[in-house]
Amino acid sequence: MKPFTYTRAGDVAEAVRAGVAPGAKYLGGGTNLVDLMRETIEQPTALVDVTGLSSEVKRLPGGGLLIGAAVRNTELATHREVRARYPVLSRAVVAGASAQIRNMATVGGNMLQRTRCAYFYDAEGARCNKRVPGQGCDAVEGFNRMHAILGASPACVATHPSDLCVALAALDAVVHLHGPQGVRTVPLTELHRLPGDHPETETVLHRGELITEVELPPLSWAANSTYRKVRDRASYAFALVSVAAALDVHDGVVRNVRVALGGVAHKPWRARTAEAALIGGPATVPAFRAAADAEMAAARPLRDNEFKIELAARTITAVLSELAGGAR
Amino acid sequence: MHATGGAIRINGTPVEPPADPRVSLLDFLRETLGLHGTKKGCNQGGCGACTLLVDGERIVSCLALAVQYAGRDVVTIEALPDGDELHPLQQAFIDHDGFQCGYCTPGQICSAIGMAGELERGVPSHVTGDLSADRIALTDDELRERMSGNLCRCGAHNGIVSAIAETHRAGRLTTPSTTSAGTAAR
Repeated sequence: MKPFTYTRAGDVAEAVRAGVAPGAKYLGGGTNLVDLMRETIEQPTALVDVTGLSSEVKRLPGGGLLIGAAVRNTELATHREVRARYPVLSRAVVAGASAQIRNMATVGGNMLQRTRCAYFYDAEGARCNKRVPGQGCDAVEGFNRMHAILGASPACVATHPSDLCVALAALDAVVHLHGPQGVRTVPLTELHRLPGDHPETETVLHRGELITEVELPPLSWAANSTYRKVRDRASYAFALVSVAAALDVHDGVVRNVRVALGGVAHKPWRARTAEAALIGGPATVPAFRAAADAEMAAARPLRDNEFKIELAARTITAVLSELAGGAR
Repeated sequence: MHATGGAIRINGTPVEPPADPRVSLLDFLRETLGLHGTKKGCNQGGCGACTLLVDGERIVSCLALAVQYAGRDVVTIEALPDGDELHPLQQAFIDHDGFQCGYCTPGQICSAIGMAGELERGVPSHVTGDLSADRIALTDDELRERMSGNLCRCGAHNGIVSAIAETHRAGRLTTPSTTSAGTAAR
């Protein structure tokens, strides 16, 4: 690991003053960053510890929730209002990592974790446009069973590894940022970028910008929501495909629906095509399947991951059916 | 802005954090303090061998920078026995053949104690059916899911599960009260 300085930020303004310096990085639980530093993939010269900042979950006047970026994953999944009103979020959190890691990892850090693409991690043996822009991508022609089927580019086929973010995408969460130029908000679905020609730029964050909170809109019908993660083993593995969904059915008709996918793209993938196909239609398995297929029409498989298209379509269908009370 | 937040309490004893912020909590324990009970397995958060308790919660110490734990209460396997008497879970691991080589055992034991606290606090898991429960029963599925962050390459998992289940039933998956009360490290 390369040498770096370590400081703890006492407040947001202090953090941002230190975080804007070249080479500085914010440190949350460290569960991804420390590992990447050990692999020399990340080489910050200064770490600004922000775990002492905003670690509350507050109820907003309109009924939404404001989640501090330093809230630990375990705390978020356990929070009474999250379990009751946004079960998809609790379920997504506990589908990820291990209990030990969830006790360390923060909400802000989870959003900014980097891909688990093996070629990205293999600093000595593989080419990667994320690590070394312009170097080339060994995953495109390599072992790419775990890789993206939606929104990828010739430069990068990596997936975003977060479960939490998939739920946040479905819930229309809004990310609160504090930077050298002041504060702003960005919808979670616009926080992460598709790779295009610049896969090394993964988010729309400006230098020194710090995630301070994530806001969940009130969304009363999200009480009927869940998360399903399909993976190679039953626990402690990254997603092949995951589905976060919320569904509001009235008299057999879909009144409102949210679907987001994990494990399929460079960012949490909000399935807006499927949602548009579902709203106002019947809450039946054929309708769910047709909507899933409509979403997957844009999928472009790689050598090893064509199975993800059918897997995603079936998982979307199964999750919506479950949320519709076992609809056929 | 300050560099540190004071001492780390390790098994009740305050210790100044390392000057070099690169040092993990795991390496600090093993290399600086000579506490070799906490084991280094994968060193990337994948195996759970380095699990210990911080303020009663289980973490993997290999991904923890020691400087981040200033002001916190760290409990390692060394603090679990009561003098010459093993912690009830240590004894149960022997009784149930919960290990062969023993390398994963300290992590398994600390992890199980942390898990018991999570059940009390209503922390859900991937297999929890009812998210509204404020206290969760330790079924076999819950136990296996909740301990999935601790690998055993000898394949002693059945013995591990039995040992943890029995000790939990007896209400003895706890840390000795002395460890966090500021008394001397054992």
